[in-house]
Amino acid sequence: MTLAEYRKDRPETDIHAGPETPREAGSHAHPGPLEYVRIGLVLAVITIFEVALYYMGLSHDLLVVFLILLSAIKFSLVVLWFMHLRFDNRLFSQLFVAGFLLAATLFLVALSTLGGKLV
Amino acid sequence: MAVAGHSLETSTGLDNRKLLMWLFLASECLFFGSLIAAYLLYRDRPGPNGVPIPPFPQDRAVNGVQYKGLFDIPFTSVSAFVLLMSSVTMVLALASIQRGDRRGLQIWLFSTAVLGMLFLSGQAYEFTNFHHEGLSLSSNLFGTTFFVLTGFHGAHVTIGVLILLSLFATTLRGKIGKEDSLKIELAGLYWHFVDIVWIVIFTLIYLVQP
Repeated sequence: MTLAEYRKDRPETDIHAGPETPREAGSHAHPGPLEYVRIGLVLAVITIFEVALYYMGLSHDLLVVFLILLSAIKFSLVVLWFMHLRFDNRLFSQLFVAGFLLAATLFLVALSTLGGKLV
Repeated sequence: MAVAGHSLETSTGLDNRKLLMWLFLASECLFFGSLIAAYLLYRDRPGPNGVPIPPFPQDRAVNGVQYKGLFDIPFTSVSAFVLLMSSVTMVLALASIQRGDRRGLQIWLFSTAVLGMLFLSGQAYEFTNFHHEGLSLSSNLFGTTFFVLTGFHGAHVTIGVLILLSLFATTLRGKIGKEDSLKIELAGLYWHFVDIVWIVIFTLIYLVQP
């Protein structure tokens, strides 16, 4: 079966998709409002925890590790759930991850070669 | 033209507008990555005579003189929280229109715009405070890199708020239906990106200190 034939004959699995809302190739149904509110609550709790950690008087290195870890979790939750990368076609993920990795590489190379300090 | 119940008829099977938005967001990663790197590189650089020039982001002593830091973490935490919650209202707006709920779309779109404006008000207040404390674009390299980074982020939020308000006005005229949910999704992608940039800025610029 060719790719074009697959796209034409692919069974529709999204029960929420109406006849006027065509689906993207390789995408899955998005979560419902309750799921979004749950993620929002998790994000709120993490933010409160971050600020609490800041005032807890942890050792500097430990604080930095925790803060960056929590920030990465928040970043991932928003990108995967709210921006739907977890449910959409993988090409979107690949595009965004490529841009993000390029930016992270540029960031680390600039800091290491020009004598910058992250912490 | 798209066929009901099937993939979009483009060479990728994906909507080109959404693909373009993701490409744009990928390029924005480089833009903000460069600005954050510039801030981390230059925030502590001394002036031409080798002595650090106040004001500083945190409490600091220079040549026996104690300077009070500018950053107000509790205030910025509330701002960060407001922007984070605006992402929740934005995604609820999308969920509403995908269900065909126009009223829900209007409520959540407007809530998102209000939260965005609240964040911008906080930023304006912070910038004004810093200016009164002697920090400007040209006072020292901390000021230059800080205002350029957070100013560009604020400009992005402002553009986002304008997009949200124009979409809200369009919904009031009844011109957005379930079939237009991609417009809300694209606005949402942009808005969530602005939010994740602030997640990084809040941690690396405000909370993590040398």
